[in-house]
Amino acid sequence: MPGFGITMGITLTYLSLVVLVPLAALFLKTTTMTWSSFWHTVSDARVLAAFRLSLGASLVGGVINTVFGVILAWVLVRYRFPGRKLIDALVDLPFALPTAVAGIALTSLYASNGWIGRILEPLGVKVAFTWLGVVVALTFIGLPFVVRTVQPVLEDLDREVEEASASLGASRAQTVLRVILPEIGPAALTGFALAFARALGEYGSVIFIAGNMPMRTEIVPLLVVIKLEQFDYAGAAAIAVAMLVVSFVLLLFINVLQWWSARRRAFA
Amino acid sequence: MSETATIFTLPASRDPARAVGEGAVVRVLLIGAALGFVGLFLFIPLAAVFSQALAKGWSVYWTSLREPDALSAIRLTLLAAGIAVPCNLVFGVAAAWAIAKFNFRGKSILITLVDLPFAVSPVISGLVYVLLFGLQGWFGPWLSEHNIRIIFAVPGIVLATIFVTFPFVARELIPLMQAQGNEEEQAALSLGASGWKTFFRVTLPNIKWGLFYGVILCNARAMGEFGAVSVVSGHIRGLTNTMPLHVEILYNEYNFAAAFAVASILTMLALVTLGLKTLVEWKSRRQFAELSRDRREGGES
Repeated sequence: MPGFGITMGITLTYLSLVVLVPLAALFLKTTTMTWSSFWHTVSDARVLAAFRLSLGASLVGGVINTVFGVILAWVLVRYRFPGRKLIDALVDLPFALPTAVAGIALTSLYASNGWIGRILEPLGVKVAFTWLGVVVALTFIGLPFVVRTVQPVLEDLDREVEEASASLGASRAQTVLRVILPEIGPAALTGFALAFARALGEYGSVIFIAGNMPMRTEIVPLLVVIKLEQFDYAGAAAIAVAMLVVSFVLLLFINVLQWWSARRRAFA
Repeated sequence: MSETATIFTLPASRDPARAVGEGAVVRVLLIGAALGFVGLFLFIPLAAVFSQALAKGWSVYWTSLREPDALSAIRLTLLAAGIAVPCNLVFGVAAAWAIAKFNFRGKSILITLVDLPFAVSPVISGLVYVLLFGLQGWFGPWLSEHNIRIIFAVPGIVLATIFVTFPFVARELIPLMQAQGNEEEQAALSLGASGWKTFFRVTLPNIKWGLFYGVILCNARAMGEFGAVSVVSGHIRGLTNTMPLHVEILYNEYNFAAAFAVASILTMLALVTLGLKTLVEWKSRRQFAELSRDRREGGES
């Protein structure tokens, strides 16, 4: 086969120029700080509050998406009803819709005079400009992940196993809990981790609905932007590196999870 | 499945379809929960975009799309996508060829590195270029001496767009070309075709749907990117505002009708992307089915 030299050359050059060198510059920037000033920046109360909100809201959004994602995948694979294909195609909307558009649309819905905010406000629930708004935005952008990881597993799931379980006297609930859920568990967990990782770095859809009040509704990516606007490049780089470390740990977790579920399936 | 199933599910009183299905109530509840979730998070926000865009009537809608700042935002978005997509297309094809057609050490590391931009927050994707080319950045002093502007100018926007859309084409093509193998290309080469001819006549027809799929996703993200572009843009009206940034400015000025008018264009772009994506998935599934049928029949004869 010809072309290894040229394609590999293009790949490595382009990858280095566009991705690797710029990312290396980020890590290099933090080496201009002393360890204590790095730590001081990252452990600042405002930064810690932002990490708490980002991690907490991403976690809640991820859990909501895991529960409804599994239900949605199940309904799309197993049942036939009008509009099924339309819904199947629309599940990817959060991937295709620009995040700023999602942000302003959700804010206008959940603001106190919005379609949904108007209903929730009298009940004493405020969503826009509170941490709940952050959860709503992060749920929106993470919606496709669990559906799209669980769907193929459900399609491949052998019905005979369920029939065997039923013919051995298991109730439907037992079959679902003991046979089906363990099969889709690793895929759902992978989807959760992907949604969580995406939510952690998300910016555009959140900043409109969050209200961005210091110590209360600021997400971590916003703090990077604020530091940049103050021309505190090193501070921005330090927070960015802290975020990257968290994402890479998550990525590692996802890879281990996929390796583990592949091995499980191979031995099954 | 049917033969073994009928043998082992002997008692006729137990309908196997019922035994592996849910009762009508559970079924309705599950479909209801799914529809409620999708309605709340997908349909209502979509409806909100269009209803807000037209809240002040069609004439306001058209004026907000035709005012000079909106037009220059549309132009800049088209320019950024027009540069980023072809660059990542060429890279994606080259990377997929090198990774799928050859064996070398460190292949899985290379695949991980190609996917890296997806693991990075959009804000960080912009930040890395500010650290390189900004005034206080590594190349900042040199660039300002030579009067070259990258950050808070169009080149920075293009670079940030390239970064966030970097993996789309490659990650679509790599598994596809790995699955297709090298046989057809080797046949063409042994018949005397040149490398380029083999690529255009043999490989390209085989990967065209995957390529198209990668390109439309890449394009949607390129036109819709907000965070990365926002960091490098400087928000100079009429000069460095892309459509999503223009939406933000209008919204923050409480000019909601105009903000949603521009947003509705981006929403239609997203809907067209989803439509094309569904079409390509359907086409490539059919192509795959035909391919495996041909293989099977070819194997039998």
